[in-house]
Amino acid sequence: MSDLVADNVNMIFTTPTGDSVHALKDVSFTLKKGELLSVLGPSGCGKTTMLNIIAGFIHPTSGSLQLGGEEIEGPGVNRGMVFQQGALFEWLTVAENVNFGLRMKNADKDETAKKVEEWLDIVGLQGFGNTPTYQLSGGMQQRVALARCLINDPDLILMDEPLGALDALTREKMQSLVLKIWKETGKTIMIITHSVEEALLLGERLFVMAPRPGRLHKEYRLDFAEQGLTQDLREIKQTDAFAETREEILTMIWNMEEEIMGKT
Amino acid sequence: MIIGSLFIILIATLIWSIIYGRKLIRTERNDAVFGNPSRAEGGWHWIIAGVSSILLVWFFFSWDAARAYFPKAANELCQVAKLTSATNPIRTTFPFEDRLLQGTELLERDYGQLDSLQASVSVSDLSDADKAELTALVEELRDTLASQADSSQLDPALPAKFDAIADDINALSAKLEQTDYPGPADSYIMEKALAQPKWGETRTEIPTIPLTDRGRKFEAAAAEMAEISKAYRGIKNEGGAWESRLNSISGKLEALKVRESEEELQILVKQLNKVFKRIDNGKVFPPEFTNKVEAALENFDDVQKSEQGSLRLIDIFAMPGGEIRAGNNACSEQGSGRWLPKPSDTLKTFARLANPNEGYKGTPLLWYKMKPLSEMVDFVVPDMVADLIPGAYPRHDTNGNIELNFKSKVLNIASGNFSSPSIPVPMGHVWDSIVRVLVGLFFGILLGVPLGLFMGLSRFAKGFFDPLIEMYRPIPPLAWAPLILTIFGIGDDGKIFLLFMVAFAIMVISARTGATGTQLSKIHAAHSLGASKRQITRQVILPNSLPEILTGIRIAIGVCWGTLVAAEMLAGTTGIGFVENVARKQSDYEIIWMTILLLGLLGLLFDLGMRWVIAKTIPWRGKG
Ligand SMILES: Nc1ncnc2c1ncn2[C@@H]1O[C@H](COP(=O)(O)OP(=O)(O)O)[C@@H](O)[C@H]1O
Ligand SMILES: [Mg+2]
Repeated sequence: MSDLVADNVNMIFTTPTGDSVHALKDVSFTLKKGELLSVLGPSGCGKTTMLNIIAGFIHPTSGSLQLGGEEIEGPGVNRGMVFQQGALFEWLTVAENVNFGLRMKNADKDETAKKVEEWLDIVGLQGFGNTPTYQLSGGMQQRVALARCLINDPDLILMDEPLGALDALTREKMQSLVLKIWKETGKTIMIITHSVEEALLLGERLFVMAPRPGRLHKEYRLDFAEQGLTQDLREIKQTDAFAETREEILTMIWNMEEEIMGKT
Repeated sequence: MIIGSLFIILIATLIWSIIYGRKLIRTERNDAVFGNPSRAEGGWHWIIAGVSSILLVWFFFSWDAARAYFPKAANELCQVAKLTSATNPIRTTFPFEDRLLQGTELLERDYGQLDSLQASVSVSDLSDADKAELTALVEELRDTLASQADSSQLDPALPAKFDAIADDINALSAKLEQTDYPGPADSYIMEKALAQPKWGETRTEIPTIPLTDRGRKFEAAAAEMAEISKAYRGIKNEGGAWESRLNSISGKLEALKVRESEEELQILVKQLNKVFKRIDNGKVFPPEFTNKVEAALENFDDVQKSEQGSLRLIDIFAMPGGEIRAGNNACSEQGSGRWLPKPSDTLKTFARLANPNEGYKGTPLLWYKMKPLSEMVDFVVPDMVADLIPGAYPRHDTNGNIELNFKSKVLNIASGNFSSPSIPVPMGHVWDSIVRVLVGLFFGILLGVPLGLFMGLSRFAKGFFDPLIEMYRPIPPLAWAPLILTIFGIGDDGKIFLLFMVAFAIMVISARTGATGTQLSKIHAAHSLGASKRQITRQVILPNSLPEILTGIRIAIGVCWGTLVAAEMLAGTTGIGFVENVARKQSDYEIIWMTILLLGLLGLLFDLGMRWVIAKTIPWRGKG
């Protein structure tokens, strides 16, 4: 029973100039253990803010957030984070990055080494343990970031546009990897993206958020992710169902953007 | 010989590298468009060209090349300079280098003074009668002065005196043109001349006794010319009608001087008296009197120049930026030849000072000495350690014996009071300077980096310490020096503290910049991975700040190095700055330049070392 429960979360920022920005308004949802949730929305609708609140980096203005029945008070190892730009420690090697969390816990050295090997294997980086991370390509760096997060065995994995900076081909490979990890580990994953296709492929559930104030606009339940576990992703994209949903959501976001343009 | 060939080799190298570079430019033209940074990469041949240019300029302007190729030129030019300075008393009265004839200049100045005196008289608070008298005196002085230039009122014997001088000069010109002037060399003097130290061998720089026939010719002429000059200077405008008028003015001035109590009057009288004395000197003549002398001197100049022959070319082309001048009893280099020591001399000086037995002011530049280990233990281990041991120090018993116990034995060790083998320890001016910089820097880093990180992470620390740092940081370190040297004394402590202050501010600021520059996502990641505050500081923020910290160290070394030398100049008895300061007081340009070069070299080594450390420790810089 380690569900994520958001109850009427509000976030109001005050800018240095004194204006207040209502970044999140009355956000409530429940994310069950093992669910794969993708969040989509126009830029500035509060996606990162929501993730930061869940991760515990910032505190909501009002409302409560519980993970497994416990109130979220600050950052913790039960919630792993993957950022857009790896946020790797470039002065460390791949292995040192991956075992960072275990080292902070002073975990047993041999066991740590074994786990690192395992995870590098899973993300497809076997043999790269001693490579400095700054020598890796963008896709490889994101794999390291994934392994670094997963080795801590978190209940919830939060990803903020993790594949946004990758080229199309690498991106597709990484999408399969995320699905594979979801299936093999059964983790709860919340993934933010600005690509509609990605949101459809990497979400059992999909939240479309609307801006000003940032709020949940619409929720979808999809089975493309399930199909993605067995099928080629490109084939799924070509199905009529996929194209239909994609067009629907695109139109929705398009209209939101139009509305913003009209307002300003 | 060596310098001569080196000079040629340098020229050849320069020309070769330029030609080689030009050739490469032609082929490189297609490599990259203008503005592409890769156009500035490589090019070691240009480094060679640059280095050989610098060396050539040095060899050339310090006259090292001239000395190598024309070893006797300085001695000959010294004789020429003797003649020049002998001629000067006559020469300077004519408009060769000056604008005006001496007489014209004197008249102009005295007329001007009389005009301004006249003006002061008319605005003074004197009685009208006094004013009238002074004005009349001014007018009389003016008239007397003017009549000094009027040939009809002068002693008719005067022109003949000038003609005699002109004849003497012409006679000397004729002698100078003779090949056998001034006759065969005296073997005794020749011996003495040959025994002189060579050019640049001693501090007197240039051998004064002529070594060559040409030199002897100029020296002899200089002696004769000195006599002529003396006679010329002795000629005075006297025996003219103006003298009696001047005497009457003198009487009137004396009469006025009696009224001592009238201050304003006395000031004016004093000034009138000055003009009177100058007129009495009798140095103004009608121009036509001196025309012959002027012509004779012009001719003499042409003769002596042509007699110099190739020497003139050497002077102009091989010894640029200065000349050789003759003083009362020695010749010296003036201009760049003087303040730019010759590379070969500088190298010799360096070799001399580098010799540990010689050194400078009793301390070698860089050497080692044997030091007992116990001294170092004394320095490193504080005596307090013994006090901390429980128990009491032993007391003497009734027989006056002192029984050592454990506590006192520890004290003996801590205070270096035990026999131990000696080990070699570096020492010397250079070593002292380096140690001061490194120790100051060490403490600057040790305290500055943690404080900087703290300030980057805590609002309290930033607000609390910022005013402190910002208040003393902009003050030039040397402004502190007098204060610090007073507090700490002229020993090492003061200098090290000064350097510590310099390094500390730089380290605080760079560490703070590094800490505040940490990417937020990295901090977030570390939090999510379960790191504590302490772990985040040590494992994320510190390594992330390393590039800034190391750059800070690099800057700090440079600034410390500069500050140290200045501080050592202020006080102390060792160090490179001390050496330079003493050399400065003695105008020893060779040592000054040697220290400058040494400082540059060591600074470069420090910087190269830091660059190496940076490349080794943070290859990931800027790649996160
Ligand atoms: N620290 C902050 N201070 C003020 N406004 C903020 C702050 N963080 C985010 N915002 C505002 O909140 C809104 C949502 O931001 P964000 O969550 O980053 O959007 P998204 O990730 O969906 O693009 C934006 O309008 C942004 O300007
Ligand atoms: Mg965002």
